[in-house]
Amino acid sequence: MLIKLARLSLWHRKGTVILTLCSLVISIGLLLGIDHLRLEAKQSFTSTVAGTDLIVGARSGQLNLLLYTVFRIGNATNNISYQHYQQISQHRAVAWSIPLALGDSHKGFRVLGTNPDYFKFFKYGAQQPLVFAKGQAFADVYQTVLGAEVAKKLAYQVGDEITLSHGVGAVSFSEHRGHPFTVVGILAPTGTPVDQSVHVSLLGIEAIHQGWQNGMPSQRLAAKQLSAEQLAALQPSQITGFMLGLKSKAVTFALQRQINEFKAEPLTAILPGAALAEMWQMLSFVENMLLVVTALVLLATLVGLMTTLLAAMKERQRELAILRALGARPWQVFCLIELEVLLTTLLAIVLALLKLSVALFVLKPWLSSSYGLVISVTPWHEHTLLLLSALLGFALILGAIPAYLAYRQSLSQGLVVRI
Amino acid sequence: MSTDPNIPALELKNLRFSWPGSAGFSLHIPELRLMPGQHLFIRGASGSGKTTLLNILSGIQTLNEGEVIIAGETLQPQSGSRRDAIRAEKIGVVFQQLNLIPYLSILDNVRLAGAFSGKPLPTDARIAYLLNALGLSQDLWHGFATQLSVGQQQRVAIARALAQQPTLLIADEPTSALDADNRDSFMRLLLAEATAAGTTVIFVSHDPHLAAYFSWQLDMASLAAGIQARATPNSGSGKFNAEPTTTANSTPCDTNLSEVKPIALQPTNSPENGDPSLC
Repeated sequence: MLIKLARLSLWHRKGTVILTLCSLVISIGLLLGIDHLRLEAKQSFTSTVAGTDLIVGARSGQLNLLLYTVFRIGNATNNISYQHYQQISQHRAVAWSIPLALGDSHKGFRVLGTNPDYFKFFKYGAQQPLVFAKGQAFADVYQTVLGAEVAKKLAYQVGDEITLSHGVGAVSFSEHRGHPFTVVGILAPTGTPVDQSVHVSLLGIEAIHQGWQNGMPSQRLAAKQLSAEQLAALQPSQITGFMLGLKSKAVTFALQRQINEFKAEPLTAILPGAALAEMWQMLSFVENMLLVVTALVLLATLVGLMTTLLAAMKERQRELAILRALGARPWQVFCLIELEVLLTTLLAIVLALLKLSVALFVLKPWLSSSYGLVISVTPWHEHTLLLLSALLGFALILGAIPAYLAYRQSLSQGLVVRI
Repeated sequence: MSTDPNIPALELKNLRFSWPGSAGFSLHIPELRLMPGQHLFIRGASGSGKTTLLNILSGIQTLNEGEVIIAGETLQPQSGSRRDAIRAEKIGVVFQQLNLIPYLSILDNVRLAGAFSGKPLPTDARIAYLLNALGLSQDLWHGFATQLSVGQQQRVAIARALAQQPTLLIADEPTSALDADNRDSFMRLLLAEATAAGTTVIFVSHDPHLAAYFSWQLDMASLAAGIQARATPNSGSGKFNAEPTTTANSTPCDTNLSEVKPIALQPTNSPENGDPSLC
């Protein structure tokens, strides 16, 4: 009967209750949404690269190196010699290596020069390898493999021809027009920057830059596709960085030290896991700020709920007196108010979860295409139940104030109503 | 509820009450006994302590001293929870106005009578009987209280107060919002239904004209006089029983209320000990 009373009492005051409910739904949705995005972003972020023991590039900070090799953000401070890459990749502790050559783009998407080992050894998420949705890896100089998002956004199919641009801007004044590449493969979506990359061979990168001097093309050479002889004579000279997989994790630090002290060229080797963690820690400041702001919004809403209840207490004196006259114990009056808080908050939580799921469902394609963020539509994590229980508990604690006043009122005023 | 006709519906023994720190109002009733089916009118001006008395009789306000016994069961002194339980089970209350929970239907308002007693809710047949007897047509039953006139609302309040067949019905100025015609029909219905249910009624009002509907009456002033009596004991046995205004329970009589004596509350037609025959 108490539940029915609480339910009907809320319905009776539906105007204010709906307003309170709306603000609760928005703030709970915000809290759950931020929490969900934070975790999904972290998950997406930390699973960008997996199984790689060391990433090596020119002497630089570890975050910069991580950003341009893994996230294709920013630029390398310098290139490194292909010869030295070969030297290090032949180290007895190295199981596999992937060269990375960056600096070109196609319609705003970064071009990654690498070798077929990339499709074999690169892993992301829970040690998942790259999978071809269509076609296969490049085998020729003028062949390219597209990330899922590139193919989807630019509507490319296997067999299409594309040209690359010098530099990484969306608009480039230096097109490698004379060197069209044929799409031979399209990768399945990974939710990582791989989706946003155009993959070509190192020789392809070398070929389109033939005749370039000081970062500018020579009109005579650069616009022409190379002949078979020229192609056969091509040798990569420089790369931007490389990834290493080691035979034993135990030697990781030793090899890192050796590379960092490499005499022939100033190099930096980083542990991707440690660098990712450090980078996330920097971002977590923003994340924590967001959480704090959301918590404050939620607190304000809960205080609003409490104020609404308190404001209604005056007009509910008669109702409480009737309940007391009918034999309701003061604690039952207390419970009635708390039940109203419970019902309102529970309903707000359900609606917030629903609203968030719908919003995520609608925004998922946009988040994926704009930010490369592949998120789950269900905003539910291990600790969500705990978070919501804490929220409910907090609502009940705040609700206890009007409930206690009702309790006191029903104890002292009895059957009288002083209006 | 079947009531033993030999056990008083309400017994007060040496009841003393005063507000803490207040030197003004205090209440002292050496003894008061109401037998089952007896209908008592208590008259008192505003501020005379009527509501305090009702809160004491319904177990909401605790006593300083003394006992309140409802149908042989001690209501005071008892724990608050036990008093609430006895009230839910044995006492029905009708207020001055706004007796109904606005967001419940008429039926649910009446059903609420059993919600806190721990006993089964009043049956639909019982509710239907009461609502019909009180002249509330069936098409109103599922509507909200706010859709009814004040007179109709008061009738629903009687139905709720009587739904669990309580031993005692306490009415606090229930006619104050009614016009003369409605007041008359309300009084007749209230007392007729209470008589049918064998319920003892305590009716409090400042309106002396209503005393005509009752066979027994008390003046709040006499209770105040009781205090004087305690100070200067001149009230004979010091025992209060309701003074009959007429021997016929349900027939209004032409009692001159101005003649109500403040303390001489010995029943005029019964032995000293408040024998049931006095009813």
